[in-house]
Amino acid sequence: MTHSARLTVLGTAALAIVALGACRKTPPAIEAEPAVPSINQDSINRVRDAAAADEARRRADQARQDSIANAAALGSQQQAEMVATLGNVVYFDYDDATISAQGRAVLDSKIPILLANSSLTIRVAGHTDERGSAEYNLALAQRRAIAVKGYLSTRGVSSNRIEAVSYGEEYPVAEGSMESAWSLNRRAEFEITSPATPLARPRP
Amino acid sequence: MPRVSPVAAIAATIVLACTATALRAQDPAQGVRLTLEYRAGARPGVLVLPVGGPQGDSVRTMLERDLDFGNRVSIVALAGADAASLAPVAGRPLNWALLGRLGAAGVVQAASTPAGLQVTVYDVGRQSVLDSQTFPLTPAPLSRDWRHAVHGISDEIEGWLTGTRGIARTRIAFVRGTALFVVDSDGAMETGIPVVSPPLSPAWHPSGTALAYNTYGVGSRVMVHDFATGRARTVSSTAGGVNQTPVFSPDGRDIVYAYTGEDGNAELYRVGASGGSARRITTGRGSLNLSPSFSPDGRRMVFTSSRAGQPEVYIMDADGTNTELLTSFVFGEQSYQSNSDWSPDGRLVAYQAQIAGRFQIKTIAIRDRGTRVLTSEGQNEDPSWAPDGRHLVFTSTRSGARQLWIVDVESGRMRQLTRSPGARAPAWSRR
Repeated sequence: MTHSARLTVLGTAALAIVALGACRKTPPAIEAEPAVPSINQDSINRVRDAAAADEARRRADQARQDSIANAAALGSQQQAEMVATLGNVVYFDYDDATISAQGRAVLDSKIPILLANSSLTIRVAGHTDERGSAEYNLALAQRRAIAVKGYLSTRGVSSNRIEAVSYGEEYPVAEGSMESAWSLNRRAEFEITSPATPLARPRP
Repeated sequence: MPRVSPVAAIAATIVLACTATALRAQDPAQGVRLTLEYRAGARPGVLVLPVGGPQGDSVRTMLERDLDFGNRVSIVALAGADAASLAPVAGRPLNWALLGRLGAAGVVQAASTPAGLQVTVYDVGRQSVLDSQTFPLTPAPLSRDWRHAVHGISDEIEGWLTGTRGIARTRIAFVRGTALFVVDSDGAMETGIPVVSPPLSPAWHPSGTALAYNTYGVGSRVMVHDFATGRARTVSSTAGGVNQTPVFSPDGRDIVYAYTGEDGNAELYRVGASGGSARRITTGRGSLNLSPSFSPDGRRMVFTSSRAGQPEVYIMDADGTNTELLTSFVFGEQSYQSNSDWSPDGRLVAYQAQIAGRFQIKTIAIRDRGTRVLTSEGQNEDPSWAPDGRHLVFTSTRSGARQLWIVDVESGRMRQLTRSPGARAPAWSRR
């Protein structure tokens, strides 16, 4: 069908509707011919009802999808929060492996998650700043990782779930030879080493 | 006749054999050798004549540079044409008077021949031939083996001239980034050594046939790379934790390294060079004890310990007894002294010390504990002795990026060894 032909058909239908309206305003003069306008009305209603039903169904589907997504987002947000808590970094003073107040707070926040997930294993990686001997720093960073491991194990996390490793001064997170960089580099980082499974939430 | 157990007899024989070897090594004048006559403390001038035959220019450049880097003689720099005019020709002897005026106490004449490099060294003062010999050269000019042969000839010539063999035919192992390298003493032939994990702290077997080092991160261990096979094997038996800073005993049979286990303390352990069970040496009581270095006779060790709080250098018997502080605390600032290396002649221990917030290379004398500061520019760390007990390789930031530098502790002369930034953890091979 050509473009102009389609317009012609639409034009004819429009004329028919206009004619229908004209019929309503005047008393039915021709009772014998009600069939044609009533068929048209029904078909229009049917089309309109179907569209509305489609729309409703679409909205319901959307709401359900949104609900699922929201629920999932809520779950993964909790998962993400727990993973982030487990990953929070502990910082140290210069040439020191003592767990500070900051370190205790960070580690204490990890403990409920570790206790609620007994199959979870982690790796603690010790790091130092760039100052001093790279050899000494390799041992110092291990001492930091061991200090973290010791703190967690005295609070009930089995030590065989925690692997302590050292990277010495080899992997700084902050560049530069000033205290602001050094203080960020003297740290213990955390990595989950067990296979990725949803974490159980600690009991409140 | 008193009964002597077979084990004791064998041990006594080994000790005697080792003593004899040590005596020979300490007495280069055995068999009576004359060297150049020169004022004590002055470096005699040496002229290297243009070298005839293929690769003559390369040979001359290498001989001159090796003798210069040895710091025992001073090279008389003459352009090839001028130097050539001084060469002896058939029927005409050397112009001794002119050579003397040029400051040459010795003259090196060399020529590549099918039999090798023919070398004659003249003593200008005595107007005579000091020594002459033909040295075999590998047939692949400028290859690694060829260069090593030429370095060996330089070392022999330095021995003729000064009575002390040179150190040109030695190598330095070091780390750059997460890779392990070996470079010739003149900075040429930098070669990577394959490693499976990031390496640190390379250390030479006394024979030069193997290199120990440690890996860090997950599965840290002490490895020994064998140059003949190109393979590395694990020798640390202490699993988990950090295994680091290996050194070979002077007889090459054992390795001493530091292990930081579950108690968070680093202690020194001794293990056979091919592995086996490790025996603990130190009792650090809650401290870090690492970076060991043997005395040349293998009976004592220096090492870094944090037992006093901060890192300091200690000395002890090789079995871990009689430990005492070697470096005295530096008062008035944050004391930090570490990375000690005992000189091959036994007299000095080199180490790094924090001075005014920066690390510098120092030496301390074993006999009177007198110290010297050898560096002042930039950060200078991690010294390692050359086999002559006179040169040290160390890291320095004096030119910007961290590089390996070499200092002659007698004269204070410095030279830069590496050219790509980030080189560190140098270890100088034995001869």
